[in-house]
Amino acid sequence: MKCAVVVFPGSNCDRDAHRAVVDGLGEQAVCVRHDANDLGDVDMVILPGGFSYGDYLRPGAIARFAPVMEAVAAFAGEGGPVLGICNGFQILCEVGLLPGVLRPNAAQRFVCRPVHLRVENAGTPFTGRFRPGQVIRLPIAHGQGNYFAPVEVLEELEREGRIVFRYCDERGNVTSGANPNGSVRSIAGICNRRGNVLGLMPHPERAVERYMTSTDGLELFRSVRDWLMSSRAKAVTGDARQPATAVDGRPTA
Amino acid sequence: MMDNGQASWRGMGLNDDEYARICRLLGRAPNRVELGMFAVLWSEHCAYKHSRRLLKRFPTSGGAVVVGPGENAGVIDVGAGETLVAFRCESHNRPSAVEPYQGAATGVGGILRDVLAMGARPVALLDSLRFGELREERVRYLLSGVVAGISGYGNSVGVPTVGGEIQFDAGYRHNPLVNVMCVGLLPRRRLTRAVAAGPGNAVVYVGSATGRDGIHGATFASDELGSKSESRRPAVQIGDPFAEKRLIEACLELVDHGHVVGIQDMGAAGLTSSCAETAARGGCGIEIDLDRVPQREPGMDAYEIMLSESQERMLVIVQQGYEDEVHEICRRHGLASASIGVVIGEPVLRVRHRGEIAAEVPVRALTDEAPVYDPPAIPPADLKERQALDLDRLPQPGDLGQVLLKLLGSPTVADKSWVYTQYDYEVGGATVMGPGRADAAVVRIPGTERAVALAMDGNSRYVRLDPFTGGMIAVAEAARNIACTGARPLAVTNCLNFGSPEKPDVFWTMREAVEGMSRACEALGTPVTGGNVSLYNEHEGTPIPPTPVVGMVGVLERLDDAVGMGFQGEGDLIVLLGETREELGGSEYLAAVHGQVRGAPPSLDLDLERRLQAVCADAARKRLVRSAHDVSDGGLAVTVAECCLAGGVGARLELSGEMRADALLFGESQSRVVLSVREEDWPAVRELAQERGVPAAVIGRTGGRELAVNVNGRWALVVPVDELNRVWRGAIESLMTGPEEA
Repeated sequence: MKCAVVVFPGSNCDRDAHRAVVDGLGEQAVCVRHDANDLGDVDMVILPGGFSYGDYLRPGAIARFAPVMEAVAAFAGEGGPVLGICNGFQILCEVGLLPGVLRPNAAQRFVCRPVHLRVENAGTPFTGRFRPGQVIRLPIAHGQGNYFAPVEVLEELEREGRIVFRYCDERGNVTSGANPNGSVRSIAGICNRRGNVLGLMPHPERAVERYMTSTDGLELFRSVRDWLMSSRAKAVTGDARQPATAVDGRPTA
Repeated sequence: MMDNGQASWRGMGLNDDEYARICRLLGRAPNRVELGMFAVLWSEHCAYKHSRRLLKRFPTSGGAVVVGPGENAGVIDVGAGETLVAFRCESHNRPSAVEPYQGAATGVGGILRDVLAMGARPVALLDSLRFGELREERVRYLLSGVVAGISGYGNSVGVPTVGGEIQFDAGYRHNPLVNVMCVGLLPRRRLTRAVAAGPGNAVVYVGSATGRDGIHGATFASDELGSKSESRRPAVQIGDPFAEKRLIEACLELVDHGHVVGIQDMGAAGLTSSCAETAARGGCGIEIDLDRVPQREPGMDAYEIMLSESQERMLVIVQQGYEDEVHEICRRHGLASASIGVVIGEPVLRVRHRGEIAAEVPVRALTDEAPVYDPPAIPPADLKERQALDLDRLPQPGDLGQVLLKLLGSPTVADKSWVYTQYDYEVGGATVMGPGRADAAVVRIPGTERAVALAMDGNSRYVRLDPFTGGMIAVAEAARNIACTGARPLAVTNCLNFGSPEKPDVFWTMREAVEGMSRACEALGTPVTGGNVSLYNEHEGTPIPPTPVVGMVGVLERLDDAVGMGFQGEGDLIVLLGETREELGGSEYLAAVHGQVRGAPPSLDLDLERRLQAVCADAARKRLVRSAHDVSDGGLAVTVAECCLAGGVGARLELSGEMRADALLFGESQSRVVLSVREEDWPAVRELAQERGVPAAVIGRTGGRELAVNVNGRWALVVPVDELNRVWRGAIESLMTGPEEA
């Protein structure tokens, strides 16, 4: 498996994501510049965290115009797995691959700490190794992670099982006290309809080594590898790159 | 005419003798540009006029030192193969007092570039902060602004802020202290120096354009604060972390590229100091043409361009013929760059502007000929009185549980998570022990099993009461913090924050503190590799409490050996290493409960200290300890409470002794560490301690939901951990947010 880590000016978790794939997962990774026109022959794309273009104007608002984003959109359109972490999530929302926006944290302060997340959908390419409802632990570090979308969109996300992670307490209860940034419905991560594009504020790449907060992030990367292997197996048997079923088996658009 | 002239040099911070010296060195009167260049380079900030002689007392070589003082940062060898560690700390006090967000942010930016100039990638930041009392609105504004500035800049450039310390004391009301330490890693072959050598080599400007901001910042930094200081906001620079991030990546690529002769941050005194200092180190001169300097606005004159402290700029000396490759690398990182001049054999700094020579000064006159002062030093008149403490007349509080809660709720002792959760302390993926988890931060050296342990420390109360002992303790405590994590302390950087050195009592205090620090550095085998001096920290004539701050780096051979401060569970033995004496002088208890800063600070036996630290490191290496926490502010009771809070488990202590219970519980005797160990490991720990002649005793056991302390068969205090937690965790948060809600 080979993973492209996109580097924008101001990205700062690109090296960490690269290391998580290479040292944590034991797979290959390449860094692809913001001004590249194609991603090369890769199986997965990561939009890493950081402050692309300084987050001046609005996080992700400038990065969406970077030349590489056309290639990322095309890759996603073909069903390839795209993972947007933190600033990457913000970019995915700005570019329209995911719905909604990320506003400044309700407390108006940057917040860095470990959080608990409840896995709401274990059927995506990114969560296959988790159990539905499983509580995992990942760190967050952001100033603008307060997810918002209009109520119709939220209803659609709920209905289609596209809310992948919610902030919760250590027992899995979704409470306002466990919500670190004011996100509507405690949303920490969502996917697109097809399930192959995931954006989340927490940092799975910071949870891959034994000395880190947890190693739950590694399970997310392993899930993607599992999914790629099974879809490849299907490709061999004549089933083209599988459109992921986002939600409990329902057909996807 | 003469009056105008005097006004101009005095207005720039030079005295009449210094002006006469400049005329003598030049053999003529300087023009305005030249005078401005002398004024900034001869400022205390750049020239160490009053401190240079003192700084010579620090041990600066041996041990792990690869590069000692005199460069942009010190460099040490931590035994990680080809990877070296660069580090330094610097103050940004004055700007932070006037414009806290930008003052702190640009403090971070400056120290990052100092480490970058060595060819190192910055991998960790720490901050040592001092503020007045949080019940004052302005102090809260300063704290919020400084923390937001560090957060806004450090987080954005992707360097984790992994640790540090904060103290609150009315003496810093008008003069907050912001001392920032940066640590970087570099492959040995990339070690770069700030040197301009080889006539014909190119002088290349890299980074943001030069504007009118920060002119005379170095002079401002060497002056006292007063009622008009806020009008000096224009002397505070504005930070652009996005430019800094690109500058970091571009400079690392430049030094990897191999045609860089030298590189230096354009920090304090901007273009003037970077040209003069690199040329002085290379024994050469530099000729530059200001018309080629990227400028933010038209119409800037030579004086403004030479003295601007616009941020995110580096001066790079490039081998002749390789400029184009340098410009290409900068272009790819979206950075401006320009060839602005050339290294020349003649040791002068020649500045051209609009076709004329705007300044021409011998390099060494700027860098080496600054006057060095040896001001009078006299102990403060009331020192003896301050040191007097009659314990017989100090009432013992009835409820020691309440005393413990009061100490845990005092902002200096209380939980600092309101501050550190605003810092990204994990970016980089190498943070093994972040803030609040251990006595020092522990950061992995990527690609190895090694880690560095990092700490900053300083206690102005001790220094005020006995600067020599206070100076020793600052070093000893930083080293002890490092040793508690299991690491071996290696080397020191420091910031010396004091009032006006022209006051004999201030200068005496500084001299004694430096002597004490030097003594401790020698005894503990931790040389000083650099640092900075921040003097004239005064407000309307009143100096800050004397505050030497020590930044220390240690090494941990296996990161899995790293020891945290929290108890790990029920049923472990609690062991006290070291000895408790009846010492209450200068304690947090005396200040917070009795409102007194007096007495002699605790005594320090450096030999015992060294042995104690060796026991900690040995025990960690042998995996014998479950937690280790040094006894400092608030004494034994606060230390054990912090172990309970960090581990979420209670403890039961049984203490005995003849001394007063408050001294036993809250005294701050040095060279003590609280360990928790599994019962079966106690004999081995005891043996390690005995071998080194370090007192060790079991004083209790972890477990339960409360902290209960029995003294001589009587319960001195019993407090639920939840109650400790409520007071400790909520203290700063409620002070910072409470008044707005009310």
